Amino acid sequence: MEIIMSILSGILFTCGIYLLLQKQLLRVIIGTGLLSHGAHLFILTMGGFPEGAPPILKEGVEFYRDPLPQALILTSIVISFGVTSFLLVLAYKTYKTNKTDNLEELRGTEHE
Amino acid sequence: MLHFLIIAPLIMAILAPILFKKIKGVHTGWFILVVPLFIFIYLLSLVSTVIHKPLFLQLNWMPSLGINFDLYVDGLSMLFGLLITGIGSLVVFYSIYYLHKTEKLGHFYVYLLMFMTAMLGVVFSDNLFVFYMFWEFTSLSSFLLIGFWNHREKSRYGAQKSMLITVFGGLSMLAGLVWMSIVVGTNSIRGLIQHADVIIQSDYFLPILLLVLLGAFTKSAQFPFHTWLPDAMEAPTPVSAYLHSATMVKAGIYLVARLSILFSGTDEFFLIVSGFGLLTLCWGSYNAVKHTDLKGILAYSTISQLGMIMAMLGFGTGVAVFAAIFHILNHATFKGSLFMVAGIVDHETGTRDIRRLGGLFTLMPITATLAIFGVFSMAGIPLPILNGFLSKEMFFDAAVDLRLESGSIYQMVAPFFPVIAVIGSIFTFVYSMILYFQTFTGELKLSKLERKPHDPPLGMLLSPFVLVVLIIVIALFPGPFNHYLLTPAVAAVMGSEVPHTKIYFWHGFFNAPLFMSLIVLFTGTLLYFTRSKWVHVYDRFPGSWSMNKAYDSIVGGIFKGSATLTNTYMTGSLRNYFRIIIGFIAILGLYTIYITTGFKFDQVTNSALAIPELIIALTMMIAAISIIFISNRIAAILALGVVGYGLSLLFVFFSAPDLALTQLSVETVSVALFLLCFYHLPKLKPEKDTSGSKLINIIVSVAFGLMITFIGIASHSSKWFESISDYFLKYSYKLGGGDNVVNVILVDMRGLDTMLEICVLGIAALGILAMIKYSRKGDVE
Repeated sequence: MEIIMSILSGILFTCGIYLLLQKQLLRVIIGTGLLSHGAHLFILTMGGFPEGAPPILKEGVEFYRDPLPQALILTSIVISFGVTSFLLVLAYKTYKTNKTDNLEELRGTEHE
Repeated sequence: MLHFLIIAPLIMAILAPILFKKIKGVHTGWFILVVPLFIFIYLLSLVSTVIHKPLFLQLNWMPSLGINFDLYVDGLSMLFGLLITGIGSLVVFYSIYYLHKTEKLGHFYVYLLMFMTAMLGVVFSDNLFVFYMFWEFTSLSSFLLIGFWNHREKSRYGAQKSMLITVFGGLSMLAGLVWMSIVVGTNSIRGLIQHADVIIQSDYFLPILLLVLLGAFTKSAQFPFHTWLPDAMEAPTPVSAYLHSATMVKAGIYLVARLSILFSGTDEFFLIVSGFGLLTLCWGSYNAVKHTDLKGILAYSTISQLGMIMAMLGFGTGVAVFAAIFHILNHATFKGSLFMVAGIVDHETGTRDIRRLGGLFTLMPITATLAIFGVFSMAGIPLPILNGFLSKEMFFDAAVDLRLESGSIYQMVAPFFPVIAVIGSIFTFVYSMILYFQTFTGELKLSKLERKPHDPPLGMLLSPFVLVVLIIVIALFPGPFNHYLLTPAVAAVMGSEVPHTKIYFWHGFFNAPLFMSLIVLFTGTLLYFTRSKWVHVYDRFPGSWSMNKAYDSIVGGIFKGSATLTNTYMTGSLRNYFRIIIGFIAILGLYTIYITTGFKFDQVTNSALAIPELIIALTMMIAAISIIFISNRIAAILALGVVGYGLSLLFVFFSAPDLALTQLSVETVSVALFLLCFYHLPKLKPEKDTSGSKLINIIVSVAFGLMITFIGIASHSSKWFESISDYFLKYSYKLGGGDNVVNVILVDMRGLDTMLEICVLGIAALGILAMIKYSRKGDVE
């Protein structure tokens, strides 16, 4: 299972990076979304999937899933949500100000 | 006391601008004059002590690093110290008459005093790093002095050039010094000399030698680094007289002389130093001939004389070193006086161009008389009242004597070196004659001059007069100079007492040096009188071989090259930077996996495949890949949603209820946000990209994805230690009082993360609010 999940997060990263390299801002933001999905899956996969109950303590259960990666991912999800929403509004504002959402046109005229 | 005296000019430098501002009636130079004069007298009082036993004065500065302000005073540093302060006094005196009170005298004397401290520090320091500090300090103050008239473009060019070349050499030298101190394990120059054999036998001897010599050659304007010196002539003439004839350019000579006990005796040292010295001698004197600017001629003449001294130090025989030391003294006297005379001519006529000068003897008899001694001494005219002649004879003597040395390397070069020496001296003779006769004899061209020249005030003549008197005194009564200055200096260079060398007035007839002098005299006279026939040869050669062009193309090339390089990757295109960054990470990551044993593939720890998860994973893959090809905004956003919801389903399957919940809600809000925003954003256009850049994108992203997959598989397959999660599971209830371990971790065990994450959300919200609500004036709302 871990192999499949590693491949899946690899594919998510590939698509995310590919979208990041595109010109249109919307695609770039979708790319960041894919990247964060990939990263979350990656963290979870690193924890491994041994058999076990959800990490909520119960009488009589001996094996639980690893709670630490879950806590980390939870933090990460919230942060990436904040960043993504910020990016979206930034893209909206950029488009309003510059009348273009093409990254190639958004670059400065002077090379610096 | 000596420590204080080395710093004294710096202290005076603080006062100089104040004196300049507050006391308007008196030329600031008069106050400054006290400092070098006092140090000179103090050093004179030390001379009789030092000839018996060198002084060693300690002063701790940074003892833990072995960097101490230790001074070592022996014959060599004493000779240089006297030159620096003696000629320094004369130059300050001369500058009082040369520079008008309307000039920025405050600045001028600050720089000059800084230089004086730096130079004294160079010659007296015993510690390598203190020595280096003062060495760079001379470069800096020389830079400031050359650019004194900083409103002129040529001054700035000259200053920059000298700075670049001498600092380049200085840094190379630092590397050599550090290397030596590592090899030997001491920072003291005397310590190095005591362990000379360690350095010579070390594997790094050649690079150390080359690096140190690079410092000496750049400072002393040896070929091919001589090119800064002619451009440094943009400095005020007192500066040229002081720095670029008598003192700073001799710092390299001092370094070679100081370290020659260390290096001499090795073939490399002999070949490099004497070879480049002779080359510089010939190149400098040849180039001096074609110059028309008085200071230009003098600059090239300085180069060639320095080459001659360097060559003699390279010979390393007793008579050669004696001649070198003697010539250091002589050159300082006659070149100093000549620069001052050139300054007087410039001051009185308004030009330094020999094509506009001529016949000044009748108008400026005193100046002309002073010049004749300097020039003839420089040319080595066989008159026993000129010190230049004496040292030149010794130079020839030393060159001829090389054949008496044992060692195959000496035998090999012995036939050539005297010939090269004679050739260099012939041109020396020619330019000296041009310098004198074109300026002071011949037709008077009053119409070309700005004013009618006449002898300058006595004050201006005093300094060159003193130097000319020295020329004659040294020549007529060399005994005391020999006893008090030269012999101790030679002993310091050679490391042992040399057999008492006499300075002969006259070598007698029928010996090689006199014969060589006669050849020089004869050929030189011939070349001088027929020079109109040779003019085109001088113009044609070296032509494009000039080192100025090489310097300009190197400096220009560096500017152009770096601009081109920067422009190739700093394109201003974010995608490009991102490509480079991601590409490099991918290459480094994959390469690391490839070369190390980091990649492992272990099936044992794998959990079993489950069909539902597999289906979700496949769906997510398809959705993710399809986003790339979708050109419809809503479809793309929904496909992203599919990936997100798929992920939350996976969380459900992998027993992460909190994650599933959060992911579900966040995904919902995100999709809503996307849908809100996309309405305002333009429609997705099909990407128009060249196939090349598309290919690069594909390669970069696939490489990165592969790297992630490999890392995932590899790190899963190799477990190094147990997770700490058992602790959380065990104590979640006991310490945190909660059953939900993930939540206990979030708010209890690792609560700090959560607090900051809340901050992130808050900041993002504030940022969004600010972007929407407030905008700059003129922005379209």
